[in-house]
Amino acid sequence: MDRISLTLKVWRQKGPSEPGRLVSYELKDISTHMSFLEMLDVLNEQLIHKGEEPVEFDNDCREGICGMCSLVINGLPHGPQKSTATCQLHMRKFRDGETITIEPFRAKGFPIIKDLVVDRSAFDRIIQAGGYVSMNAGGAPDANNIPIAKEIADEAMDAAACIGCGACVAACPNASASLFTAAKISQLALLPQGHPERKRRARAMVAQMDAEGFGDCSNHAECEAVCPKNISILHIARMKREYLRTIFTA
Amino acid sequence: MSPFLSSLWSSVGKKAMMGLTGLLMIGFLVEHLIGNLLLVFAEPATFNRYAHALTSMGGVLIVAEWILIIILAAHVVSAISVSLGKMRARPEGYKKKASAGPPSRKSVSSMTMIYTGIVLFIFLILHLNTFKYGPNYTTEVDGVVMRDLYKLVYEVFAQPGYTVGYVVIMTLLGFHLRHGFWSAFQSLGLNHPNYYKTLNTLGIFVALLLAFGFIGIPIWIYLSS
Repeated sequence: MDRISLTLKVWRQKGPSEPGRLVSYELKDISTHMSFLEMLDVLNEQLIHKGEEPVEFDNDCREGICGMCSLVINGLPHGPQKSTATCQLHMRKFRDGETITIEPFRAKGFPIIKDLVVDRSAFDRIIQAGGYVSMNAGGAPDANNIPIAKEIADEAMDAAACIGCGACVAACPNASASLFTAAKISQLALLPQGHPERKRRARAMVAQMDAEGFGDCSNHAECEAVCPKNISILHIARMKREYLRTIFTA
Repeated sequence: MSPFLSSLWSSVGKKAMMGLTGLLMIGFLVEHLIGNLLLVFAEPATFNRYAHALTSMGGVLIVAEWILIIILAAHVVSAISVSLGKMRARPEGYKKKASAGPPSRKSVSSMTMIYTGIVLFIFLILHLNTFKYGPNYTTEVDGVVMRDLYKLVYEVFAQPGYTVGYVVIMTLLGFHLRHGFWSAFQSLGLNHPNYYKTLNTLGIFVALLLAFGFIGIPIWIYLSS
């Protein structure tokens, strides 16, 4: 079937401190070739025509790379399709007549701004605390000046694939930001360019993560299962090594 | 707070402490199980001599007991802190929640750690009350008067209520260890692609070994009395 009808239950909340609730909407004649966000665009067009306020949701590139889209769809961040951000999820994943519940990412560190939009600037502050390498800018260095083994480069790249969407926090039973923070610490710890600042980085980023009000990691690994970039919790193990090293070495 | 203490109390430090103390307590349980096997495979006198040797260590025993108390306290304090932090970190829950499936390791055992932990903590107090601080029967082995702990254990597990209770609680111990064992290595930063799978398999093995070990002995005693 190319066309389906749906019942949406969408979290509507007027502002950060307003109470929110799930509101039901009926949608008919939705093409299964639409992306999930296009389906929400159709909903918003209908709401605007009726003179109602459209549903606010975050999105930008719509090609799975910017990390701007979010949404918890039927209880899963980024919906039912593995390794896929919401923008790349298509309506063919849903059945005709299905009820879809759409909620914002929920965490103290991600306060709701409006409807489905949350403030993820806590992640920016974690990166600002140490998710970089300090170097004097100049001409770009030669590509292979510092030889790095293929396996190390691959592992660092796997961690660097993080788009900072925050699905890890949304899925975590403890609302922990460990996978996000670990991805950056791990990426830089693997590469020689990251070594000079590794101790300061691990301490500062973990301290910022804790200060933002995220929970502790209990190793449920839900984060890895919902991550659109398949980032492994083994990077969290490396973050722990990096951090514990700072406690026990000078 | 000193830098060392504040690091220990960070999200990483707390969980490392919980993992380390958990592994140490698993070590204690293995020793406890080996000792208990004397109840099944040895003469009453052998078991009583073993218990007597432990209690006659004087200062060493007191130090060992205090180390165990400190280990347990660190485990409990970090567990309470993680659980309270979890509630604070998501003040409003999801209306609809689903589990993501593999490679997630979320399970009944991982989601109930605090509850199985509370039950095990209460059990520990009752357990000490039943045996360590229980009725003091005496016996004479090789001319030495010592406590007849063997008699007490057999008397306790002749009662179906106690035996069933122990079976239930040791099952919960199995669930606690199923997630706890591999999770401790992850929290200590000792997990690695090369032995992630092995740690998991070993976790299941440790959970089954200790749970069935501690379940088997009361059942065996109940059936043989």
